[in-house]
Amino acid sequence: MITSNKPNRLNKVLSYLLLVVLAVVILAPFFIGIWTSFLPTMDIAQGNFFSTKVSFDNYVAAFTKTPIVRYLGNSLVISTLTMLAQLVFCSMSAYAFVFLKFKYRNAIFILFLITMMLPFEAEIIPNFTTVKNLGMLDNYSVLLIPFLTSAFGTFMLRQAFMQTPTELKEAADIEGLNHFQIYWSIVLPYNKISMITLGAYSFLGAWNQYLWPMLTTFSNDSRLIQNGLRQLQSEETFNDWGMIQASAAIIVIPTIIVLFVGQHYFKSGMNEGAVK
Amino acid sequence: MLKSTTPTMVGSEAKAKKKRHSFSLNAKDKYFALLFLGPSLLLLSVFVFYPMFRTLYISMFLTNTLGKTTVFNGFGNYATLLSSPEYIASMGSTLFYVLAVTALTVSIGLLLANLASQKLAGIGIFRTLYSITMGVSVSVAAIFWLFIFNPSTGFFTIISNALHLPVINWLTDPKMAMWAVIITTVWMHLGFTFLILLGSISSVPTTLYEAASVEGASERRQFFKITIPMISPTLFFVSTITLIDSFKSFGLIDLITKGGPTNSTNMLVYRLYKDAFYSGNYGQASSEAIILTIIIAFFTFLQFKFLEKRVNY
Repeated sequence: MITSNKPNRLNKVLSYLLLVVLAVVILAPFFIGIWTSFLPTMDIAQGNFFSTKVSFDNYVAAFTKTPIVRYLGNSLVISTLTMLAQLVFCSMSAYAFVFLKFKYRNAIFILFLITMMLPFEAEIIPNFTTVKNLGMLDNYSVLLIPFLTSAFGTFMLRQAFMQTPTELKEAADIEGLNHFQIYWSIVLPYNKISMITLGAYSFLGAWNQYLWPMLTTFSNDSRLIQNGLRQLQSEETFNDWGMIQASAAIIVIPTIIVLFVGQHYFKSGMNEGAVK
Repeated sequence: MLKSTTPTMVGSEAKAKKKRHSFSLNAKDKYFALLFLGPSLLLLSVFVFYPMFRTLYISMFLTNTLGKTTVFNGFGNYATLLSSPEYIASMGSTLFYVLAVTALTVSIGLLLANLASQKLAGIGIFRTLYSITMGVSVSVAAIFWLFIFNPSTGFFTIISNALHLPVINWLTDPKMAMWAVIITTVWMHLGFTFLILLGSISSVPTTLYEAASVEGASERRQFFKITIPMISPTLFFVSTITLIDSFKSFGLIDLITKGGPTNSTNMLVYRLYKDAFYSGNYGQASSEAIILTIIIAFFTFLQFKFLEKRVNY
């Protein structure tokens, strides 16, 4: 497909046709959802899909009648803090695995590898008891503390840190820098790209959490956006499709914009992967 | 949450093996190690290792509704589970779901990636559009598709009525409800799978295709004889990632079907959650958790092994 020796016109037209049809199919749920978010619920309920009464009423209703702003704020705070904490703790433990020599290093590393094989979903029963006993329920801390570090993040950064040129490390040794200085002023800056990747990954991971926040938070003060949408959908507003679609659009539009802007970075990341 | 390695990391491992860092034997290292590793180790002990052993322990007991262990039951909970037709059915529907999601996500992702790897004007727009579902979270995906599947006012119903076709009861027919969850899951996973496969296809050396073209190999033949073998490690990687993720599916099920109708979508994690937190049957739920762990650990291990092998060759 990459190099067709005779790029004749018919083939090209067929390719474009297929590309467009597939794009329409993939985007259809967005179009349908966002279009209905502008329609009055009455029209949606009657199947009057091509109504002309387009307005921002559903958006106004979502912002004023529901705690969606609070949910969004909660999710933003928790995702940002999770990301920052994982960047700190994962990079620190990755540093230890690569640059420090200590007893049981390999054994502890294998423990981390085993951790990656254990699904968090299977551990919710004792974890629920733990946070309940610690009085952390329905509180930011319960959404944050279990996720401050991650074995996957540590593993990923360890792989990256191992590529730090030995010359840099040797130069630091000659200058007599201690481990904190080497970590902060040599290893972290050198591995900026991997840190950004882990940051994006952990932010999205926290943003998409569903089961754990659902179990451990009950009030709007600490409820996250994913569970908040479910709450809106199951409450009295069940049939207010217009407003529900507007709420979904409010959440998805910013992420799509970020994705469009980030496309440039994704692309360069892809090329980097291709070189290896 | 805990995902496995990405293919690009494998290269770094290989490089690292060639030049290991020489360690300056420093007595102070162990204090730094404690400081650097301590926080992560403590957190993982409390929220991963302890709960694992605790779950194993509880799974061997009968429990009261408060979750306190009462009578030692050995492997009794496991025996009850494995002889319960309901649990076997739940396992069966999970396997069906996982296999359908993995097969569909990977093959559609491959089709999209192969199309989008062509050198055509404006192809960048299609690449962005195809990766768009990466920005969609569980609840948004569920709401968009719930509206489409909605029996009375849903998009599919409107279309069927307009075309005078029979209306499909997506959410009330047990078989169709399963497909509703599968379709939504595939749609959500597609963006990520597409991007990974596109990256892999783009890195296949163009000289291979040029040589094949000279020999007169058709595009179809080039796809099966060059593209597929060259990207097979990545295909394996996205397949296992999708497989593992779908075994752990919870959010979409809770949002779309709540395990119903008639338990047709009551898959492993959803069932575990209901047995523990609705029915208060912690002993049995713990043995379900252990079985789930064994399945996930098996596939993750397989992935590790495969990636390791790839480095050596």
